[in-house]
Parts: sequence; C-alpha cells; structure tokens
Amino acid sequence: MESPVLEVTDLVKEFGAVRPVNGVSFSMKRGEILGLLGANGAGKTTMINMILGIVTPTAGSIRVFDRDLTRDRIAILRRMNFCSTYTQLPGNLRVWQNLTVFGKIYRVPNLKKRIDEVLELLEIAHLKDRVSGNLSAGESTRLNLCKALLNKPELLLLDEPTASLDPDIADKVRKVTKRIREEDGTSILYTSHNMRDVEEVCDRIIFMHQGKILFTGTSAETLEHFQEESLESLFIRVARGGEIESAAAGNQ
Amino acid sequence: MTFSTIQALVLRNLYLYSRTPVRLVELVFWPLVDLLVWGYLTVFLQKHTGDSFPYQITFLIGAVILWDILFRAQQGVALYFLEDVWSRNLLNVFSAPVTNADYLASTYVIGFLRAAVTSLLLSVLAIILYSFNLFELNWSLVPFVFNLLLFGWSLGMISTALIVRWGPAAETLAWAVPFFIQPFAAVYYPIDALPEAIRWIAELIPCAHVFEGMRDGLKDGTISWIALGKATGLNLLYLALAGMLFVRVMNTAREKGLLTKFVAQ
Repeated sequence: MESPVLEVTDLVKEFGAVRPVNGVSFSMKRGEILGLLGANGAGKTTMINMILGIVTPTAGSIRVFDRDLTRDRIAILRRMNFCSTYTQLPGNLRVWQNLTVFGKIYRVPNLKKRIDEVLELLEIAHLKDRVSGNLSAGESTRLNLCKALLNKPELLLLDEPTASLDPDIADKVRKVTKRIREEDGTSILYTSHNMRDVEEVCDRIIFMHQGKILFTGTSAETLEHFQEESLESLFIRVARGGEIESAAAGNQ
Repeated sequence: MTFSTIQALVLRNLYLYSRTPVRLVELVFWPLVDLLVWGYLTVFLQKHTGDSFPYQITFLIGAVILWDILFRAQQGVALYFLEDVWSRNLLNVFSAPVTNADYLASTYVIGFLRAAVTSLLLSVLAIILYSFNLFELNWSLVPFVFNLLLFGWSLGMISTALIVRWGPAAETLAWAVPFFIQPFAAVYYPIDALPEAIRWIAELIPCAHVFEGMRDGLKDGTISWIALGKATGLNLLYLALAGMLFVRVMNTAREKGLLTKFVAQ
C-alpha cells in the first residue's frame, strides 16, 4: 500500500497558555486535494506553518514523503511548495527575476523554459517583464502561484489562494489547481474561507474548530453529518459555536 | 550549505540594487558626508598646526573609510533580513529549502559587496580631495580590512537575531548596533584616550585593535602583529558566538512562531 504523502499524528502547538492546535491527526494520499476549513483562530494557519517547518510543534509528529519533517526538513521542502495570500514576492523585482531567484533556490532544471510554462499556465506570460510591485492583486496572487508551481511540487500548500481574486480569476485558479493535480499528481492542502472553492476543488474536507478536528469527510458527508444544507451555513454555525459539540461527538 | 541557494539569494539582492538605484545612494551618501566633514576638519587642523601636525589626525580620514567598511558589512547582513520583512517575502524564503548556513553565507557576500563599493569609492575620493592614500599601508591593509568585515558580519548576525527575537519594533537595531560599540572602538582616537576604568571594554572589541594597528602602520609603516592577532582571535570568537546566537534565536523563533509575526495579516 502506498504510504501517505503527508501524515500528521497527535499534533499539538502551544504558545504559552494558548493551544491553537490541539491533538490533530490526519493523512493525505498522493494526488488528493484536501481542504482545511475553519473560522479565524481554528488553527489552520498554525497547522500550515508547522508543515512548512516555520513553526515547531510542541508535541506530535509530521511525516512528509515518509520522512520526518524535523529531521529531513530541507530535503522535504525541495519537493514541496507554498502559496499564501499573506505573502508576496519582492515588489522591486521584475516578474522573471523573482521566478529566477526561487527557481534557483528550488534547483529547477531548464529554469527559463519552466518559468515560461508556469506563466502560460496562470495566463500572465505577458507580465514577464513587469515590475512585480506594479501588478494588480489578482496578478500578484497568480505570480505567487507561479512561484509555488516552479518546482512541480509533490505537495502544495495553498493558503487562501483565491482570497483577493475576482470571480473570473478565482475560477481560473480553481481550474489550474485541479489541472496540476490531474497532470502531475500533486497533492494539495487547501485552506479557504470561500466555500465554493472548497466544494468545487477539494476531494475531502477537514473541519477544524478551536484547534481540533470536528469532522473529516467529503463535502456531502460533512453536510450530512452536521445536517446542514450548505458548507457556508455550516461554517457560520461552527464559527458561532452553535451546537457543534454534540455533532463533533457523533464523529468519534 | 548549497552553492546554488547562496547564489540565488545573492542574485535576489543584486537584482534589488539594480532595480532600485536609490538604494545605492544610501551606500554612497552618508559615507560621503562623513568623508567631507572629517576630511575638511583634518585640512583645517593641518593648516593651523603646520609641521607639527600629528599623524593621528591624518588618520581621521582613514578611520572614516575603515569604519564604513565595518558598518556596511553589518548593514549587509541586518538589512538583508529586513528587505524580506518589508517586501512580505519572509515566509517564502523560510519555507523554501534554505538552511541557516545558506542564508548567513549569502548575507556575508552582500555585506562584503556593500563594503567593497563604499570603501573603494571613499578611498578614491580621499586621494582626490585630500591626497590621503589609504593604500600606502600596502598589504597590511588586507588582513586589517578583512578583520573589519568579520566583525561587521558578527554585528550583523547579532542585529538580525535581536530583531527576530524582539519583533518588527526592534528594526532600528539594524542601524543602531554598530554605534553602541563605536565609543569604545578606538575609531578616531587611541584606546589610551579612554578613561582607564573602561579601557578593558575596548580591549574586548576586535575593531579597536584594527584601528590601533592601522594607526601604528601609518606612523612607521610596520604591521602591528600583536594588534592583528588580538583582532583575529576576538573576531573568530565573536563570529562563532554570533552564529550560535543566530541559530538559537531562529530555533526559538520557530518554537514561538516569531517569524509569522513579521507577516502583516
């Protein structure tokens, strides 16, 4: 049986008395798109930062590509990548310069060709010589995605990739996300507050609340479990803390 | 440590300087102001003292140039980190396969390049404006300058470690740290000009021995091996300690999630 691409076991993170992640376990298969859902403060970003090695877990383990993240962080990061709405590439550099720098860091072979490919894929090839700081929010997000796809990652972490995009571009990003999974078998951990994104893109959802997993399953299974009509209404219900404990208990 | 990673990180900074010439002004403007002020003060004193003009005063111009080598090397390391903070690129870099050693090595290269640009420019201007030729010190200049670079790198690592530990509010330390030690660093005056009770502090600062050694060299043209030895020994010690501090702070930053605090959300 193929080992999981990502395996998180009993993960805990404490910042003093606060526990943003509290005993979380899950795994991801190759080629799976897994949605990480939850209101602000649910622990999603802390989780992603731990998988990237930017934050060290207090307890538990993270294994990526069947290797321990603490021990083999650099080797693992070469096969991963990350894109977040909250980060940018240096605004003073031209688009091709930013991609060249990260392409070299990730040791991308045939870098010039690969840069052209990812720019084409995200439909921003015409911006190659533009200064990154002069791009619109949507163009800038797509540039971030280009950086994240440069090394053909086997595991891609996308933190709210459509947060600042208009519906047209958000749709394109969702299509690209599905396409790279289909063409390259990329596993994608996807956080979003946009329920449409999640329903359209994710194979499975992890619903988090106050650092714990409330439920794991497909969109349909999740809605059935919580007896809600839409993920959006479920999201609001969970965010407001309404009758979630009994529902969560039903998942045990 | 990976050469291609270091090359990429250095390239990023070179792109940055080529794209924003205003950053080059910073490498030139303040050092030039210092050179003009101290240079003309030296000329003024020279006119009023005639033949009895002491060599230590001539060295003021050299001191300006050499202090700037140290300062630019420190800035190269400390501002490197802040550039990533300001451009919201920090998490992209630290979530990439970049080791602490790769990161530090690339900051050293940038620190060296910044120091080289500034010192060469000031040296040429000192010859043109004041007929002061720092290169009269010949080969003795090389080990002393290298020691200034080493100490600049150590101070840069300490500055960055403090900024990471104390957060964005501590950014001003990138400029302030070298000036904490300047009064004791014997830049413009010898160690024995300091009150006896605090000379021991100067003895512990590598660049104080560099400046003492350079003054001796200018006086009689010989290399002060003792000063050079003290500077090198202290520098190796501080470089190791600063490296350990940087690694320790980065580990603490990962435990406490400090790096994520630099990302405006």
